[in-house]
Amino acid sequence: MPVVSMTVNGKSASADVEARTLLVQFIREQLGLTGTHVGCDTSQCGACVVHVDGRAVKSCTMLAAQADGADIVTIEGLAKNGELHPVQAAFREHHGLQCGFCTPGMIMTAVDMIRRKPDLDEETVREELEGNICRCTGYHNIVKAILAASREMR
Amino acid sequence: MSDAASGEGIGQPVRRKEDFRFITGNGHYTDDINRPRQTWAYFLRSPHAHARIKSIDTSAAEAAPGVVAIFTGRHVADDGLGGLICGWTVTSKDGTPMKVGPHPILALDTVRYVGDHVAMVVAETLADARAAAEMIDVDYDALPAAASLSACQNAAAPQVHPEAPRNTCFEWELGNKAETEAAFAKAGRIVKLDLKNNRLIPNAMEPRAALGEFDKGTGIYTLHTTSQNPHVARLVLSAFVGVAPEHKLRVIAPDVGGGFGSKIFIYAEETACVWAAAKVGRPIKWTADRSEAFLSDAHGRDHLSHAELALDKDGKFLALRVKTVANLGAYLSTFSASVPTYLYGTLLSGQYDIPAVYVEVDGVYTHTAPVDAYRGAGRPEATYLVERIVETAARETGIDPAELRRRNYIRTFPHQTPVIMNYDTGDYEASLAAAMEAIDYKGFPARKSEAAKRGKLRGIGFSSYIEACGIAPSAAVGSLGAGVGLWESAEVRVNPTGNVEVLTGSHSHGQGHETTFAQLVASRLGVPLANVEIVHGDTDKVQFGMGTYGSRSGAVGMSAIVKALDKIEAKAKKIAAHLMEAAVEDIVFENGTFTVQGTDKSLAWAELSLAAYTAHGFPSGEIEPGLKEGAFYDPVNFTFPSGCHICEVEIDPDTGVTKIEKFVAVDDFGTVINPMIVEGQVHGGIAQGVGQALLEHGIYDAESGQLITGSYMDYCMPRADDLPSFDLGFTTTICPSNPLGMKGCGEAGAIASPPAIINAVTDALGIRDIEMPATPARVWTALQSATPRAAAE
Repeated sequence: MPVVSMTVNGKSASADVEARTLLVQFIREQLGLTGTHVGCDTSQCGACVVHVDGRAVKSCTMLAAQADGADIVTIEGLAKNGELHPVQAAFREHHGLQCGFCTPGMIMTAVDMIRRKPDLDEETVREELEGNICRCTGYHNIVKAILAASREMR
Repeated sequence: MSDAASGEGIGQPVRRKEDFRFITGNGHYTDDINRPRQTWAYFLRSPHAHARIKSIDTSAAEAAPGVVAIFTGRHVADDGLGGLICGWTVTSKDGTPMKVGPHPILALDTVRYVGDHVAMVVAETLADARAAAEMIDVDYDALPAAASLSACQNAAAPQVHPEAPRNTCFEWELGNKAETEAAFAKAGRIVKLDLKNNRLIPNAMEPRAALGEFDKGTGIYTLHTTSQNPHVARLVLSAFVGVAPEHKLRVIAPDVGGGFGSKIFIYAEETACVWAAAKVGRPIKWTADRSEAFLSDAHGRDHLSHAELALDKDGKFLALRVKTVANLGAYLSTFSASVPTYLYGTLLSGQYDIPAVYVEVDGVYTHTAPVDAYRGAGRPEATYLVERIVETAARETGIDPAELRRRNYIRTFPHQTPVIMNYDTGDYEASLAAAMEAIDYKGFPARKSEAAKRGKLRGIGFSSYIEACGIAPSAAVGSLGAGVGLWESAEVRVNPTGNVEVLTGSHSHGQGHETTFAQLVASRLGVPLANVEIVHGDTDKVQFGMGTYGSRSGAVGMSAIVKALDKIEAKAKKIAAHLMEAAVEDIVFENGTFTVQGTDKSLAWAELSLAAYTAHGFPSGEIEPGLKEGAFYDPVNFTFPSGCHICEVEIDPDTGVTKIEKFVAVDDFGTVINPMIVEGQVHGGIAQGVGQALLEHGIYDAESGQLITGSYMDYCMPRADDLPSFDLGFTTTICPSNPLGMKGCGEAGAIASPPAIINAVTDALGIRDIEMPATPARVWTALQSATPRAAAE
């Protein structure tokens, strides 16, 4: 079984894993970081989005071995020094979550979206959310939260 | 500081208490929980819609690496376990009870839908369990399937259950047939419409999951599961399935990632996990993957209906008659018989004064997954039928759709409909007027011609809906066939330091109860919101409760809390009277302070709380120490949320793509505790309604019974770019039947929106009807065969 090593939320993590282990399984089962969720088996729902070397990636589409040496940030690593990331704060302020299951993936996607496209408008946010499914909110307040966070982070 | 001044009271958009754990990745969903020595379950499912099981050979699989045990239907039956039940008995018009086929936890000799449960493999890892399941040799005798709703009642159709000839579970009726026929006989005009209400697959984002455990020392079973109503699950698992006596079974529904009805029901997998945990002597974990969820979660809707509306020459409705065939799937699910009957037929009067209504519903079995309540449950089907035929009547009579509705609105309350319901209050004209104003109805013709200049087809559609929430009273639903009471419980525990725990039988899986329930308690007791904890979802903590569905948690769950708070206040005043040496009638409780009227004597909430537990300052023979009160609240009537949704669409005739340009929803929910949360509920409901109207369709192949739409590649979930931002408004009439005046908001969006959207699409296309979902392919096809009138417009 290959040994994979990576940095997760600033800490080094290393484990023997079966070659077929997905990154999301490594994060949830090996590291016990259960904030990253699995909502489908076809890489559509986006509940498992984490950052791999600064880019949003669906951690169900990647083998843990492919992330060997990478710098991973999960939802648990987003707040710094007890302070919420502006996107996390905006999701709460604008009621961008209900059941909370899609939320970690939504937030990680939104952080990456704002990094790539600082001048977001509603249409762009909706297009960019193509890979994240929410069944509770109708996206109305998620879009609002992302736009508000993007304004704040400008 | 009073709650109103601090912005935490009733009516304030308080930010949610539960959000911190969800936005930081600290939620605890069932799949996040693991136990030492835990094993994993995988279910081998039927690849056939209908087959006889000739034999199951598990010997090779049992020898596979990591396998702990394999269970089949034979093991379950030999252990004396009962099957899954339907908790509502519907009686046919001939007086006979519905015809129920057995619903085994694991199939015994026949499988009845693709995904039906054949065997359970328990292994050291999920991968081991999956691999071993592949090695189970099942010898099937594949049989023809009755997978088509329209054909399943034919004499030649394959039979799902021998107990139900022609696959008919019940032939139910409601209303007055003779009066309806008489009204049709004298009608000036009769409008007819055939409608399909498309099958939907609920798709809460968290798949179902279970973690079953057995403590050999105490004989206590524990089941962590994705449930909307853990107490009902425990009752069914103990009293009917016989897994364990009720006091030896603990069911915990921790954070649950959405339900929409699909997590009300007691399913085979959860049952098997907790039962088998004792057999293998180790915890058993199971989490559905999405493909399993598509196959085995209870689906929603799936009706075929014929409706006729009789009008007089002035457009006044005289009578409505409806014949519906409702798909129940292969087995009756927990509440499935109630959905197309008492949750459907009773709402067919809509917002209208219709003197006579008569509805017949055939509930039928097919070789498809069970169908049960999905957001709205019967009421979306009723609203779709009523609002589609009213819109059609407007077009056929040439009366403006708003005007036709106005002519027929119920205007005096209470109003007894011909189909059981007694509407308590409402103002339908007010929500219609507000919605028309918000969408600028007057400006629509100009927008339509502007769109036409760009080559686009613009349409507008109305939906004036009513629904019934907080299903009740218990005695009434019992007389209609319910196997349970539909009250709710609450317990308020004041701690010696003055902070408060509230135990509720409601369950929150996205609705924000930890915030709204706390708002109620904080404002009533004058304590900060942060000092109130809402406890739910654990049968060891909350004694009993009926759970959350049918938009009942505000109107029923919070009413129970009000009752418990009344008792807390009454006892606290007695204690305060002793402590301040005054008569109890002179004690005033306001903003968390007890005062003696006309004096400067006062006592803070925390002082009183401590005094209640030290019991030094009052005669404990007369007043018991402590401050803890419980209550059960049984509603005296349903609540009747209502409103008007208007949708404006633009269709590209080249591609058939429908774009929702504007969506206005004006709802009357009575008292609103937290408008931010209520609006969120409406947003989500509308999105699911847009899904039904334009995108989503659960399709089985009519011949083979294979599920064609079994993944997110094939079943079109609404994405952010399929939806507009929504324009919401409220009008308010206070519900007279509960102490807070609340109605219920969780399902309104899903109930109201589909007819508004389809009325808009058919208006844009100039056609009578289009089947849901109105996909680009269907719209484009309709345009190719449209009448010259539509083409010319």
